[in-house]
Amino acid sequence: MSEGNGANGNSTFDVIGKPVQRLDSLGHVTGRTQFFEDVNPAGMLHLKMHRSERHHANLVSVDTSEAEKVKGVVQILTHEDVPKNWYTVLTLINVGYPEELVLAEKKVLWYGEPIVAVVATSERAAREGAAAVKVEYEDLEPIFDVEEAIKADAYPLKPHGTNYFEYEGHHCRRVRLGDVEKGFAEADHIFEFKYQSKPIEQAPTETTGCIVEPRHDGRLKIYSNTQAAFFTLDNTALILDVPFGKLQVVGGTVGGGFGGKVDVTVEPITCIAAMKTGKPVKYVYDRYEEMQISSPRAAERIYIKDGVMNDGTIVARQVTLYADAGAYSRHSPYATTKAAAHMPGPYNIPNVHIDSWCVYTNRTPSSAMRGFGVTIGDFALETTMDRIARALDLDPLQLRLKNAYRDGDMKAHHKVAEGTALIEVIQKAAEQVGHELPDEYRAMSSKEAR
Amino acid sequence: MPSSVIEITVNGSEEEFIAKPGTTLLGALRDTLGLTAAKRGCGVGTCGTCTCHVDGEAVMSCLVPVETINGATVRTLEGTTPADGLSPLQQAFLDNFATQCGFCTPGMIMAAEALLAVNPAPTREDVVTAISGNVCRCTGYESIIEAILIAAEATS
Ligand code: FES
Ligand code: FES
Repeated sequence: MSEGNGANGNSTFDVIGKPVQRLDSLGHVTGRTQFFEDVNPAGMLHLKMHRSERHHANLVSVDTSEAEKVKGVVQILTHEDVPKNWYTVLTLINVGYPEELVLAEKKVLWYGEPIVAVVATSERAAREGAAAVKVEYEDLEPIFDVEEAIKADAYPLKPHGTNYFEYEGHHCRRVRLGDVEKGFAEADHIFEFKYQSKPIEQAPTETTGCIVEPRHDGRLKIYSNTQAAFFTLDNTALILDVPFGKLQVVGGTVGGGFGGKVDVTVEPITCIAAMKTGKPVKYVYDRYEEMQISSPRAAERIYIKDGVMNDGTIVARQVTLYADAGAYSRHSPYATTKAAAHMPGPYNIPNVHIDSWCVYTNRTPSSAMRGFGVTIGDFALETTMDRIARALDLDPLQLRLKNAYRDGDMKAHHKVAEGTALIEVIQKAAEQVGHELPDEYRAMSSKEAR
Repeated sequence: MPSSVIEITVNGSEEEFIAKPGTTLLGALRDTLGLTAAKRGCGVGTCGTCTCHVDGEAVMSCLVPVETINGATVRTLEGTTPADGLSPLQQAFLDNFATQCGFCTPGMIMAAEALLAVNPAPTREDVVTAISGNVCRCTGYESIIEAILIAAEATS
């Protein structure tokens, strides 16, 4: 351990610039690291889910009688067994209102929505039990397209009536600076592009799951591979309607997450199963569920309109972004705010108009994945920069340097830019790959006011 | 169908236990014998996290009904770890940052062990082929391939 630190000026820098072994890697190479599924309490039961086979439907009837007859099935759980069945994970940071259901009640909004949980003495019996549940549906027209979903006459998927998340009474997260129409009128060129990404699955090598063990002191011990232990604990307690202190989460060892393990999808129902049966219960996604049921990165549709001068100066940028949240919010309202804040990219543009929509459809709920809310936007923005450079026959790095933020610039969301370094990063990168820059571009500095 | 009595040698120790029909080798190792190094990433033969050796050959243990290998000799990552330290492969994985979340690591090392046992001086191609059934979502494979080549060099 280093004694010094940067603050008192005697830094010994014994970590920076040197490879340092991860604390957990010795356990990994010997197979001794304990992942949640390596816990195997005696008498453990297994939970499997009967899921919606429709994208959008009313539930006419749910019949569990055949499932009850399956040998080994010990408990069947429906929405009536869930103390607070309506939830939303971001409630912890005061975003949104309860709109997702632990187990479906009257309708289903996506293919895979959980309806009935079956608990049995073996995984196989639980699977057979779940398969034996019979659901009668009344089909409703599904909505798969974000722009269809926000049409005035679209079927309202949500209890509050709009197929988009409302941001403080607004239809989307908005960023406004200057006057884009004026900017477009003044521009020498107008460019318009459309981008569409697909949902992307995190595909961790270890599937999502947990084991819940009822303890003698009345607490529930949750072994989980969640990426968000406290978030999971708090949301689970709210759903179970118990004090936070009733739960203990044992976590931190995650066999790959990439954002795919921050939703609270397995712990609450497993806790209920453990409470009802008094036995340890395991609920782990099989590979199909991990790929098909767990929430992916949202698909985004992005429209970009730029007003650009002959020399490459961007004078106006308008972005309309639709994030497909799927059937429920999960982390998407937050991601969509991030997307709005990330626009118009790291560039100084005097006229900016951003509409960033979080839209509900009948698709699998989307949520977190590495840089969610910004990654697809960056792809669209930087592809746009390259296309503009090509169209105007400009060097793509020079185009970026010309427009890059500098300290003191006013960002589109009305914050003064500080600590900027894009110019220096591009200069350095250009130097390292042998990309020639003219003197005036090499002399640019983030610190120099425009 | 009745359960069967299974006798296999696992990491040098003779084991005898009762298995329900359809019990996989992976299930027997993890749930019956408490050997949890082999992981279940898919249970259907697509990820390789469950890779073990049966009579010296790398197999995906989630695909092997344990009743079909009665009498066999099985080796898991637990059995390749020397009492006083690490095997050359383990050391190379450690030193070359070939492990991140660690979930694929036991299967990767067992696949690599099987390769080096028959081919102590593999080419890069050989290594890539040997681990082609093993998924790693974290590392991008480069560090794993490197580690295996370094371990091969260190031992040959
Ligand atoms: S668990 Fe055996 S191949 Fe995936
Ligand atoms: S280290 Fe995570 S899957 Fe390979």
